[in-house]
Amino acid sequence: MNAINPTGWRPSMGENVPGAPVQTFTGNRGLQLEEALLFELGNADRSGVDFPETGSIDLSALGPMARTERPNLPGLSEPETVRHYTRLSRQNYAIDLGLFPLGSCTMKHNPRLDEKVARMPGFADVHPLQPVHTVQGALSVINELAFWLIELTGMHGVAMTPKAGAHGELCGLLCIRAALEAKGDPRTVILVPESAHGTNPATAAFAGFKVENIPATPDGRVDTAALIARLGPDVAGVMITNPNTCGLFERDLKIIADAVHAAGGYVYCDGANFNAIVGRVRPGDLGVDAMHINLHKTFSTPHGGGGPGSGPVVLSEALSPFGPLPFTARQKDGSVLLIEEEQAHEEQPQTFGRMCAFHGQMGMYTRALAYILSHGADGLRQVSGDAVLNANYVLRSLDDVLDAPFGASGPCMHEALFSDDGFAEGFSTNDLAKGLIDEGYHPMTVYFPLVVHGAMLVEPTETESKAGIDQFVGAMRSLAERARAGDELLKSAPHFAPRRRLDETLAARKPKLVWKED
Amino acid sequence: MRYLPLTDADRSAMLSVIGAGSIDDLFADVPAEARLSAPIAGLPNHASEMAVERHMARLSANNVTAGSVPFFLGAGAYRHHVPASVDHLIQRGEFLTAYTPYQPEIAQGTLQVLFEFQTQVARLFGTDVANASLYDGSTACWEAIAMAGRITKRGKAVLSGGLHPHYVETARTMAKFTGDVLDTIAPELAAAPDDAALIARIDGETSCVVVQYPDILGRIPDLAAIAEATQAKGALLIAVVTEPVALGVLQSPGSLGADIVVGEGQSIGVGLQFGGPYLGLFGCREKYLRQIPGRLCGETVDADGKRGFVLTLSTREQHIRREKATSNICTNSGLCALAFSIHMTLLGGSGLSDMAKLSHAAARKTAAALTQIPGVTVVNTHYFNEFAITLPTDARQVVRALADRQVLGGVSLGRLYPQESALANGMVVAATECTTDEDIATLAAALKEVLA
Repeated sequence: MNAINPTGWRPSMGENVPGAPVQTFTGNRGLQLEEALLFELGNADRSGVDFPETGSIDLSALGPMARTERPNLPGLSEPETVRHYTRLSRQNYAIDLGLFPLGSCTMKHNPRLDEKVARMPGFADVHPLQPVHTVQGALSVINELAFWLIELTGMHGVAMTPKAGAHGELCGLLCIRAALEAKGDPRTVILVPESAHGTNPATAAFAGFKVENIPATPDGRVDTAALIARLGPDVAGVMITNPNTCGLFERDLKIIADAVHAAGGYVYCDGANFNAIVGRVRPGDLGVDAMHINLHKTFSTPHGGGGPGSGPVVLSEALSPFGPLPFTARQKDGSVLLIEEEQAHEEQPQTFGRMCAFHGQMGMYTRALAYILSHGADGLRQVSGDAVLNANYVLRSLDDVLDAPFGASGPCMHEALFSDDGFAEGFSTNDLAKGLIDEGYHPMTVYFPLVVHGAMLVEPTETESKAGIDQFVGAMRSLAERARAGDELLKSAPHFAPRRRLDETLAARKPKLVWKED
Repeated sequence: MRYLPLTDADRSAMLSVIGAGSIDDLFADVPAEARLSAPIAGLPNHASEMAVERHMARLSANNVTAGSVPFFLGAGAYRHHVPASVDHLIQRGEFLTAYTPYQPEIAQGTLQVLFEFQTQVARLFGTDVANASLYDGSTACWEAIAMAGRITKRGKAVLSGGLHPHYVETARTMAKFTGDVLDTIAPELAAAPDDAALIARIDGETSCVVVQYPDILGRIPDLAAIAEATQAKGALLIAVVTEPVALGVLQSPGSLGADIVVGEGQSIGVGLQFGGPYLGLFGCREKYLRQIPGRLCGETVDADGKRGFVLTLSTREQHIRREKATSNICTNSGLCALAFSIHMTLLGGSGLSDMAKLSHAAARKTAAALTQIPGVTVVNTHYFNEFAITLPTDARQVVRALADRQVLGGVSLGRLYPQESALANGMVVAATECTTDEDIATLAAALKEVLA
């Protein structure tokens, strides 16, 4: 195992031999740079920030809880800091580097105008508890975005504060619970199709519901008959993803919604895939009662290595009265009100309450609004059209070399689903995915949805050129052929990434989550 | 459209490969009555970068920014100076436009940052371990309460009256649906926090005690005493830190015995942003590792034996465990964690300590200036960079009148506690290293004028 080495990692492999990669003193390989940990580089005396002298400050007002020693946190000077993080950044794949075909995650181009807008001082440098008349511009952004989300989905209202998709799911389910409780009709069961995102059952359980799975039909859609047969006085609602995680449009959603409503329940739609239908289908027309919209997917706020997201929830007329605090309301004179706890008893007496401190993800609202205004109604329609076109092009360009289990179920939506059927004995989806890394791409979503063996879910998005997709298709065809032929080199891929396959079992068996001096 | 690379010629060529006549044909599975045949009527069409920027700039200009006036707001969000290199580095495309690091071979940058972040948070909080972030402080606080329930298998949480009211409301919302009982102490404008009342509420049903440190009025509870009383009854102490800069001069909650420490990381690296995105911090004892919500990054080795990092213990998480997961959280606050980590690296222990001392010094000067004003009383015996004052009149009106004089003077307790009329004349005032002597003099003069 490696010892701590503050000058970089010397490879533990053997001598240079013909044919093997050349070993270097530093462990670096040209522009592929190793980087030590912060704790091996810095110490608590170094700092990249200049402050005035603090030695004479009287600390007596801190009282008995004052520290006697300063915190044990390593610091670096500014040049060292810039270099540390710049070197680390170069070990990441990113949309800015190439096609990022993660199905269901929607990795599309992040416009830089949106970054510029989010940093305008009127949005970035205002405090959430400033007097409302000093933040009218910021409140207008929230109100304007809310208007667009309502119009694009054909719904009645929108809860803006949820912090991400899963938080939005929770918001929708809490609205459903509150609506049922207001009717004196406590129901306990939420029906979730087996192809659903893991967040759906987790959220339903977190909100205190019992989760029951609904099977899929052989063509990759929800089994409408089975779902309707299960409805009854104990069913609070259903959570359906549309387009679903097999990349297909749920044709029967309106029929399902009507049946659920007739049985006294509500319809939650997981809107993670709204980017496939924006400008072409309004979920409100399909009988949906609540749907979250991942601003970081459909409206292209950056994923940032795992967040922050933003998950506003559009609501039907039946659920809107139960939506959370705070929210905005535009007055006739053009000013925007903020409805908080103080105004709730008049403006939103049935609210289920507050989901988080303050007003939600303002920094994401500004980005999403700039994105929406840039596209406009016509551009957003082209967004979904091109996203679906690109996905079908990938599907039909690969379905002779990769098994497409639902290839005969009609056109796909924004993502194309393949399975590992036809790979040589012992070769898996993971091998193909790791091979894709060597080809210079981020792998597609793998082993999801669970309903397909060795699933590979490919979402090219609308921001890829035809030439870019053609090259990706070429790489995929080559890898599919290698997997079918049983090319052993694929099993040890990636060969050219900053790291080779990592030992995840070791990480879980002996968790090492923080750095400790040996 | 500048973000869409396909040309009409590309589209035709691709449609012929697919065997479809038009893009609209690809939507054949949508029932005809739900299919829109044209862009949604009544909405504007696409706009140039210049036009969008102009529109947004106009909205931006219609706000009073914190940096443009004497500024003393806190109550869970603080204005600290963030070095320019932080925002530069988080805008590197390899960080900004990367996904969650599920493919570790090509995500070591994000993963190493998360490992370093977890270590920084654990050291700051004095806990054994920390996670890779949650949405914000208020949701992290609820996650901690839920986790304490899982560990102790008890359902009653005792909440200090010094806990941020938005955090209390968030927990109250969730508890309504999970069946947990929240025993909430009413807030009081007293010189010292409610440690004794809190300790008196703990019994054999208590899963956890939740204490903010420093609290909403800036008072500093004795965590060691509360920890001892809490643990004697088999419950867990959850400490909530909404101003992590305080830990530059205060003892860490973990070192004082807190079992779980959560916080809002906004004041380091993230900025005000009108309330979000912010950064949920979460640390705890190692023995509760498998009950932690959210993502965890761990060290391992690759096939060549080189050190590397992966997301780990994912059997706790929703994508594996589905309805049995420890939390439904998926997306966290990765980019804000990066900003926090870079700023903390620039500061180091000595810089954090200096920033904290300067913030404290500015608060002391502010308190000294405000006590000179007739009718104004400083409530706190002890404080870090924020303290409560009482005024002879409703503080909401005072805050408004100060804003009319171009001074953002503090947060009225009436805004935070609309139902508690006993607090209506109270206000919390915060200062940081950004606060100048001139700001303090302007606030004092304006407040004197408003109260005259």
